[in-house]
Amino acid sequence: MSTVVLLIVTGLGLGALYFLIASGLSLIFGLMDVLNFAHGAFLAIGAYGTWWAAENLPGAGPAGVGFLLAMVFGVAAGTLAAVLVELCVIRPLYGRHREQILATVGLSLAVPALIQAIWGADPHTFPKPELVSGTLPLLGVNVPKDRYLLILAAIVVFVALWLFNSRTRYGLIVRAGVQDRAMVTALGIDVRKSFTLVFAIGGAAAALAGSLGGLYFGVVTPTQGMSLLIFAFIVVVIGGTTSLTGCAIASVTVGLIQQFANYYTVAGLGDIAVVAVLAAVLLTRQGGLTGKKSAERVA
Amino acid sequence: MTDTDTTVRESTGSPKRTDISDVRRRRSLPWWAVPAVVLVVALALPFSTLYIPGLFEGALNSPSTLHLLALCLVFGGLATSYDLLYGRVGLLSFGHALYFACGAYVAALLMSVLDLPLLWAAVIAVTGGTLLALLLGAVSLRVNGIALAMVTLAFAEAGSILISRDPGRWTGGEEGLSLSAEAVPDAFVGVVNTVNLYWVAVGYLVVVLAVVWWLGASPVGRVWQGIRANEQRVAVLGINPYPYKLVAFTVGGGLASLGGVAYLLVNGGVTPGITTAEFTLTLLVMVALGGAGTRWGPLLGAALYTYAEHRLLQSGGAFEALPAWIGAPLSQPLFILGTLFVLMVFFFPGGLVALPGRIRAAVRDRRTERTRKADPA
Repeated sequence: MSTVVLLIVTGLGLGALYFLIASGLSLIFGLMDVLNFAHGAFLAIGAYGTWWAAENLPGAGPAGVGFLLAMVFGVAAGTLAAVLVELCVIRPLYGRHREQILATVGLSLAVPALIQAIWGADPHTFPKPELVSGTLPLLGVNVPKDRYLLILAAIVVFVALWLFNSRTRYGLIVRAGVQDRAMVTALGIDVRKSFTLVFAIGGAAAALAGSLGGLYFGVVTPTQGMSLLIFAFIVVVIGGTTSLTGCAIASVTVGLIQQFANYYTVAGLGDIAVVAVLAAVLLTRQGGLTGKKSAERVA
Repeated sequence: MTDTDTTVRESTGSPKRTDISDVRRRRSLPWWAVPAVVLVVALALPFSTLYIPGLFEGALNSPSTLHLLALCLVFGGLATSYDLLYGRVGLLSFGHALYFACGAYVAALLMSVLDLPLLWAAVIAVTGGTLLALLLGAVSLRVNGIALAMVTLAFAEAGSILISRDPGRWTGGEEGLSLSAEAVPDAFVGVVNTVNLYWVAVGYLVVVLAVVWWLGASPVGRVWQGIRANEQRVAVLGINPYPYKLVAFTVGGGLASLGGVAYLLVNGGVTPGITTAEFTLTLLVMVALGGAGTRWGPLLGAALYTYAEHRLLQSGGAFEALPAWIGAPLSQPLFILGTLFVLMVFFFPGGLVALPGRIRAAVRDRRTERTRKADPA
C-alpha cells in the first residue's frame, strides 16, 4: 500500500513536469502549427538560470526567499529566450512550417551545446531549500516534499492557463486562432501578436518546469531538456494537441504509467510502455483522447 | 490557407528550375558523366599521396584521412537514405536513427554472441532492420505530418531507451559494443587495412545512390513526387498513397540498417549516441544543409557536416587563445553547426546544391539589366 501511494505521488509529480512542458507545446502547436524543438532549450535555460542565480545573483540564494528569487530569475530568462526566439527566428519564417521546424531543430542543437560550453557537460548539484527537502507524511507514507511542490505548481499553471483561456480577451483570440486562424485574421485581429504571447507563456512554463525539474532530479545537465521534451511530445499527441484538459489528463496518465511500469517490471520498460500507449491511441483514435481536430493539418 | 500557398510556390518553382538544368546538362554532357567522375575520384583517392595542408592531417592515403573520408561517405549514404523519406516523399520522420542503430547493433550482437561470420550477420541485420521499418512504418504512416514526426520520434526513443538501459546485459549500455575481431575477415582489422574500410564505405554509398536514383526515376518515384507536391490530389487521382509511402519508409529503413553495418565496420564499434533523437536531428541538418530532394545534396551536406564536426573537434584547442566568452562556445562543434544551420535556413533555403543556380540567376539578372541600360531600344 505504501509503495502504491509513493508511486502515485511520484507519478503525479512527473506528470506535473510533463504538463508544464506539454501545455506550452500544445498551445504553440495549436495556434501556430510549429512543432517547437527549441522547447527543451527553454527548459534548460530555466534550469541553469535558477541554478546560476542561486549562486551568483545578489539577494538570491539556495534557500528561502532567495531561492524564490532565483526561480523568478530562471523563469524570466526562459521567457525572454522564448520571446527572442519567436521574434528573431520564427517570425521571419511565417507560413513556412518546414523551415520553422528546421530552425527550431538547429536551436535545439545549438543551445545545449552553448550551455555545455559555458558550464561544462557534467551535472551540477541543484540547490534544495529547507522548505522542500525532507519528507511529509501522506496516508502514513513519507513522500518527498518536492513532489507536492511540482503538483501544486502544475495545478496553479493549469488554473492560470484555464482562466487566461476562458476569461481574458487575449485568451479568446488565442482560442479562436487555434480553431481557425484565417477567420480571425479576416475579422481584422492581428493574430500574430498572440503568437509572441503564446511563445512567452510556453517559454515561461517550460522554464518553470526546468527549475522544478532541477529540484525533482537534484541535478541539472545540458541535455535534460531533450529527453523530457520527447515525453512531452508524446503527451501532446495523446492529449489531442490542442486541448488543455486533454494535455493534463495525458500528462498524468503518462507519468503514472511510467512510474508503475518502471517499478513493477524492469527499469526502462515504463518508458517503452508509454510509447506502446501512444501507438494504441494513434491506432484507435487519431487526433488524441479529447481532440476534435487532428494533428494532421501540417505537412 | 498558407499551406496551399507554400505548396503551390514549391510545385511551380522547383520543376522550372530542374527543367532549365536538365536542358543544359543534356546539351553539354551525358547524364552519367558527373557520377562517373565522382566515382573515379573516390576510387583514386586511396592511391594518392597528395598532402593538402590545413584540409587533412596527413596525406590522402594515410589511415586517419581515409577513416575520416570513409565516415563522411557512410553518413553521406545514410543521409541519402533519409532524404528518400524527407526530400523525395515529404515524410517528416524523426526515427531514422532507429534503423541505423538496428543494423549496427544486431550485426555486432550476432557476431559477438552467436559467432556468426560477417556476411551472415550483415544479411540478418539488414533483413531485420527492413522488417522493423516495414512494421513500424505500417503503424506510424496511419497518421500524417507532425503526428507522424512525433510517432516516429517516440518509436526511436523507445529503441534508444532499450539500448542504453540494457535490460538483458547485451547492448553494453552507455559504453556500447566493440566489433569482435574474430568474426570479421582479417582484411578489415588493423590500421593498415583502413583502405579496405574505405572501400566498404564507397560500396555502401554506391548501393544507396543506385537504389535511390533508380527508384526516383521509376514510376514509383513519380508517385512519390506527386505525394510530395500534394498528397490529396494523388488520392483524388485514384492512387492510394499509403503503400507508396510504406515502400519509401521500408526502403529507407533497409538502406539505413545497411549503413549501420557499414558504420560498425568503419568505426570498429557502436555507442548509444547513434540511437538518440539528436542523431536523427543531425541527419535532418545534413540533408537540409546539402539540399533536400536533390541528387547530390544529402551526400554533400553529410560529408561536409561530418568533416566539419571532426575537424572542429580536433581543432578545439585552437580557440583557447581567444577570450573565454567567445572561445568556449566555438570549441563546441554542435554550437557552430547548429547556429550555421539556423542561418542557412534563413538565407539559403534550398541548401548548398541550390547555391550555384541562385548565383547564376543573380548574375543573369544583373547582365540583362546592364544590357537593358546599354541598349535602351
